[in-house]
Amino acid sequence: MNGLDCQDVVELVTSYLDDALDAQQARRVREHLAECDGCAAYLDQARATIAALSRLDPDPLDATTRAKLFAALRETPR
Amino acid sequence: MGETLPVDAELVELLQARDDAAFTLVVDAWSPGMLRLARSFVSTDESAREVLQDTWIAVIAELHSFQGRSALRTWVYRILVNAAKRRAQQESRSVPWSSWAPVPAERDEPTVDPARFQGPTEDYPGHWREFPRAWPSPESEALAAEVRAVLTRALEHLPARQRMVVTLRDIEGYRSDEVCEILAISAANQRVLLHRARAALRGILEAFFTPDEAERPAKEVSR
Repeated sequence: MNGLDCQDVVELVTSYLDDALDAQQARRVREHLAECDGCAAYLDQARATIAALSRLDPDPLDATTRAKLFAALRETPR
Repeated sequence: MGETLPVDAELVELLQARDDAAFTLVVDAWSPGMLRLARSFVSTDESAREVLQDTWIAVIAELHSFQGRSALRTWVYRILVNAAKRRAQQESRSVPWSSWAPVPAERDEPTVDPARFQGPTEDYPGHWREFPRAWPSPESEALAAEVRAVLTRALEHLPARQRMVVTLRDIEGYRSDEVCEILAISAANQRVLLHRARAALRGILEAFFTPDEAERPAKEVSR
């Protein structure tokens, strides 16, 4: 294709998604992705991974921890 | 938790005026994520809870000096990270905070098994042997819950610095410049750590969604 093979592209996806590649490199990645279903699928998986991570809500504080925390904060001089 | 926080400027004003309701709202909204991040620095849940408490006490003490150069939440997280690092040092955990640079293996080793690409003597060196397959979208709540469980377990096994960066970027939703500020690391290091973390988690989800795919390269490499 244009000098980038799939093995190169998979190492550039994070920079690509962050817009952190220079213009020429970004164009080469874009062109590769347009022609390569394998790398397009890989990019989709990377995006799906990021989306799944964004849905990992933390557990709320348990009641004891929360009560202790607020008790300590009430004693803190403001 | 369901209540929406006021915009930053308003929030800072309320907190600086010692508005208890606003303070409670912020502590409730941010503490769960803060506790999760603190946990990746220290060795016990108890230590993480203490770091959380120390952080909010420091926030109360230093709020008057907050100048709005970054978002309030970013500023609070920066205080959390400093408190967590101090605690980790007391515990003498082995993560070397002074050197955030990725180890050479993190920088140089491929993130995808080289066996999945064609070798130099094949038709298309460096190209996929078999394309990765599309994953089912986790439409059912049962599947979504399973994915969350798989990811939660996988995060626990990531190297600490990768876990911190991916937690801040992809779970907490901070921008890269904010993560660099919170962790006091360079943009390049942030990206290397994020890249490895995401690639490892993608691999684990792939093994979950398409288990036969993850096994295939091993068979092909022996032919």
